[in-house]
Amino acid sequence: MTDILIQHGHVIDPANQVDDVCDVWISDGKIEGVGKFEGEAQKIMDATGLIVCPGLIDMHVHLREPGEEWKEDIESGSRAAIAGGITSICTMPNTEPCMDHAGIIIQVIARAKEVGLCNLHPIGAVSRNLKGKELTEMRELSRHGAVAFSDDGKAIWHAGVMRKALEYSSSFNFLIIQHAEEKQLTEGGAINEGWVSTQLGVTGMPVEGEDSMIARDIMLTRLTDARYHVAHISSKGAVEQVRLAQKEGLKVTTEAAPHHFALTEDEVLNFNADAKMSPPLRTEEDRLAVIEGLKDGTIAVIATDHAPHHEDDKRCGLSCAAFGIVGLETMLPVSLALERSGALSMSDLIAKMTCNPAQLLHLDEGSLSKGSAADICIFDPKKEWILNRDKLVSKGRNTPWHGKTMIGQVQYTLKDGRVVFQNGEL
Amino acid sequence: MLQPLFGLKHLFGIAGMSREQITSLVNLGDNFIDINSRSVKKAPTLRGRTVINLFFENSTRTRTSFEIAGKRLSADVINISASTSATKKGETLLDTGQTLAAMQPHVLVIRHSVAGTCEFLSEYLENTALINAGDGSHEHPTQILTDLLTLKHNIGDIKGKTMTIVGDIAHSRVARSHLLAAKIMGYNVRLVAPKTLLPAFVENYGCEVFHDFDAALQGTDILYMLRVQTERLTTNCYFPSIREYHETYGLNMKRLKAAGDHCMVMHPGPMNRGVEISTDVADSIKSLILEQVEHGVAIRMAALTALCGGATEE
Repeated sequence: MTDILIQHGHVIDPANQVDDVCDVWISDGKIEGVGKFEGEAQKIMDATGLIVCPGLIDMHVHLREPGEEWKEDIESGSRAAIAGGITSICTMPNTEPCMDHAGIIIQVIARAKEVGLCNLHPIGAVSRNLKGKELTEMRELSRHGAVAFSDDGKAIWHAGVMRKALEYSSSFNFLIIQHAEEKQLTEGGAINEGWVSTQLGVTGMPVEGEDSMIARDIMLTRLTDARYHVAHISSKGAVEQVRLAQKEGLKVTTEAAPHHFALTEDEVLNFNADAKMSPPLRTEEDRLAVIEGLKDGTIAVIATDHAPHHEDDKRCGLSCAAFGIVGLETMLPVSLALERSGALSMSDLIAKMTCNPAQLLHLDEGSLSKGSAADICIFDPKKEWILNRDKLVSKGRNTPWHGKTMIGQVQYTLKDGRVVFQNGEL
Repeated sequence: MLQPLFGLKHLFGIAGMSREQITSLVNLGDNFIDINSRSVKKAPTLRGRTVINLFFENSTRTRTSFEIAGKRLSADVINISASTSATKKGETLLDTGQTLAAMQPHVLVIRHSVAGTCEFLSEYLENTALINAGDGSHEHPTQILTDLLTLKHNIGDIKGKTMTIVGDIAHSRVARSHLLAAKIMGYNVRLVAPKTLLPAFVENYGCEVFHDFDAALQGTDILYMLRVQTERLTTNCYFPSIREYHETYGLNMKRLKAAGDHCMVMHPGPMNRGVEISTDVADSIKSLILEQVEHGVAIRMAALTALCGGATEE
């Protein structure tokens, strides 16, 4: 007898081109079938009016453990993930100590398994101590579970080091994820440079800080035939460059964070430190270019750059506040606006949060294929709710959507066939 | 609760102020000039009111100006500067603000290097009126009101007149506040600076932008000189040398004459003689610089009166 039957839901499984009202059944924590179920099940979940899709993957998350557990730890971050329908997170290496050697990688994976709510795939550091000087032992980190490499938070700024990182990593088909920021252009900046920064008298970061680093990196990718991924792309110029590089056949990919396609720099006009992140919110033109990139496939992945901070680090004035916002619990509802506006079909949108990142990182996840782990997100695409930052599951309260109406809400999250999140009960 | 005058709960900046509010404050300041020139400089207007000057950035004129303004109106004035404050002991801005607000002052006058400090604190300090005495490169409203009072005395109606602001516009809260006031009060602003000292899209303010000082002189009624804020510069590359800066953007007698006999000179201070302004110009009869300082006291009396001098509402 089947363990669980999810019936009457609108099942969307982009990896298998499923987009239909049908059933999903699960046995032994694995997907047993998708289609018309006939037989008996121990437990029946009614998903009428809901969308049933693979558990979401967020490939850009900061969890702060080890080192800054007061901001977030693996348990609170895992809980926040499943509350957002996310069953796999890739965590950035800028912990303390950072993930530049196998010990930390082993530690965070073990801790995540102990918590047991979602998959955690560490992203290893490119350089030792994130200093941008010497390479880490990437093969060793990979062997212990690192799924890609990045110095995120900082760019690998030195062109010579970047070249070597791309050459070495691509010898083993590893992916390098770049936080593209030319610090010499952005030093001291807090928000996007432009009319808003001028009016506030706050030092800005010009879009050229991002664009110029990507231009250089694309040249190095061409030189090295490496796999290069631009993290949290935010500018029109950057999207255009990635598009051209892809047309040329270079292995250049990118991701966009929900805030960069949902919000603009106008959010900080009232000095709102909870709308401060790096790269910063940019102009309407940039926002529309990011949406265009999502539409035409230039941007294959939606990832949050979930960056929890303690309130004390945000309550000190815009220019002094820490960079970053939380995103795990808002990724799905904020992204659903792309479907409502007609920019993306529901299936294409879900692909950017499931099979696309899985393919990029070679993860055996993000689909409802028979035999794969029963990691499932069930959500109501129309449910309206008001986001209250004090009710976030994450330890971070730093969200620009406090008090805003969200459309779309996760109802159930299943991990290995177990209901780990149920709306209203966590 | 005190009933604020002119609908002013706080004084954050020129942004958000109406023409009527600006004019009312300038006129009220005008009325206070008289007290400052009497032999007994005291009025009971703010008796029983407490004003705290909380200065996180160095300041001589603005802090003294607020202190004298409060004292001449009989308020109890307390000065706190960053070098002696709890900030040195690691206390956050918010905690310092809340601590002082808990002592129930009527007004907190704040200067801080972080733009938006008053806006930020106002979310947490509900019963204290806040005056922005300069926040980073954002706004400096009492300086602009001061300038408008000085101009009222020297050229009358400012409408249609042209103010040419020269120097470090990028880091200047005074320039930003003037650009906003110009729109409200109907005067023109020209900006003169190399691109390194201009912020992005500054022309969106509706001002003219010049890189050639000499080209901006003709038609100027007020030459408004700014100090280069070296403390806010992040590299040595904003201009090559003081020598070249003075040559290109310094106001000397030759340029003052080229602007015409009607042209007045202003500066918010502190001045760097031999950099943005030559000594003969600073000391010339065209210079309104000391008058600005004098009127600064009167305007701060007006600002304090507006925020805490009104009738008590039981």
